[in-house]
Amino acid sequence: MSDNVGIVIVSHSADVARGTADMVRQMVGDEVPLAWCGGDPGGGLGTNVESILKAIDSAWSERGVAILVDLGGAETNSEMAIEMQPAERQGRIVVCNAPIVEGAVMAATEASGGATLDQVKRTAEELSPG
Amino acid sequence: MVDTARQKALIEAVAEAVIAHAGELTALDQAIGDGDHGINMKRGFEAVLADVDAHAAKPLPEALKAIGMALVMKVGGASGPLYGTLAMTLGKELPAEPSRDDLVRALGAAIEAVKARGKSDIGQKTMLDVLVPVRDALADGGDVAGAAAKAAEATVPMKAVRGRASFLGDRSIGHMDPGARSSALIVAAVAEALGEA
Repeated sequence: MSDNVGIVIVSHSADVARGTADMVRQMVGDEVPLAWCGGDPGGGLGTNVESILKAIDSAWSERGVAILVDLGGAETNSEMAIEMQPAERQGRIVVCNAPIVEGAVMAATEASGGATLDQVKRTAEELSPG
Repeated sequence: MVDTARQKALIEAVAEAVIAHAGELTALDQAIGDGDHGINMKRGFEAVLADVDAHAAKPLPEALKAIGMALVMKVGGASGPLYGTLAMTLGKELPAEPSRDDLVRALGAAIEAVKARGKSDIGQKTMLDVLVPVRDALADGGDVAGAAAKAAEATVPMKAVRGRASFLGDRSIGHMDPGARSSALIVAAVAEALGEA
């Protein structure tokens, strides 16, 4: 298990999520647990709780997991997935209010240096206007 | 008293109403959203129908929680967590044999849960604009289905500030909100099924 905060990428499009993860891997390397998901339960564009739960499991770190999302449904489904986690995990998973591609790269860069979950989230959110 | 046969008829009536109107919901969503509401809701309620006997055999609160979980897992989009939260909260709040007062109180709690899940409130062109008037009509002993239909219609001139429709700004004005429409369909189906018993 990694000592670094994990990153989960949740897009409406599997292609966007996979491509974002590819960029993170190339720019940041393998020291950060990373998982992605995209698409609705029927295989079309959308997001779904089940695949987000799996992605959180896959990127799980005792230091926590930061989730990067694209549009509204990705955020709502991610928040639902967090609530469905065991109590001991709930405070250690956050959704970052940041653009998905830039946010994922920034968050992973911060995480790869051993930053806390809060630092990772803040670094990603520096990209958001307002 | 909600017995197994009646509970099954109720679940089927709601699911069939949603499935039968999937095309209409998608058309509404194509106007101001991403055009998946009908497809998503149909997939979710088909999953509910597939397990209808198991849902019907459970006490009402447990059935609502199981249906809510099925909607969360199968609908996708933002509607899955929103309708799932609605059903699961009703399941948490309702006794096995609810009175009208129980329904009013439980629906109030479910509305608060949906507001929190969607970070939304009334007047923002969402399902809440139907659910809140429905709770009020229920509390007053009025025509619940009529209130729901009227409330869905009242979302037409509203401007969306939540969800995908909010990207359109003023252009969301003039279309009925798809979530308000699906909520009205569900309320009408419940009212009819309960009224017939």
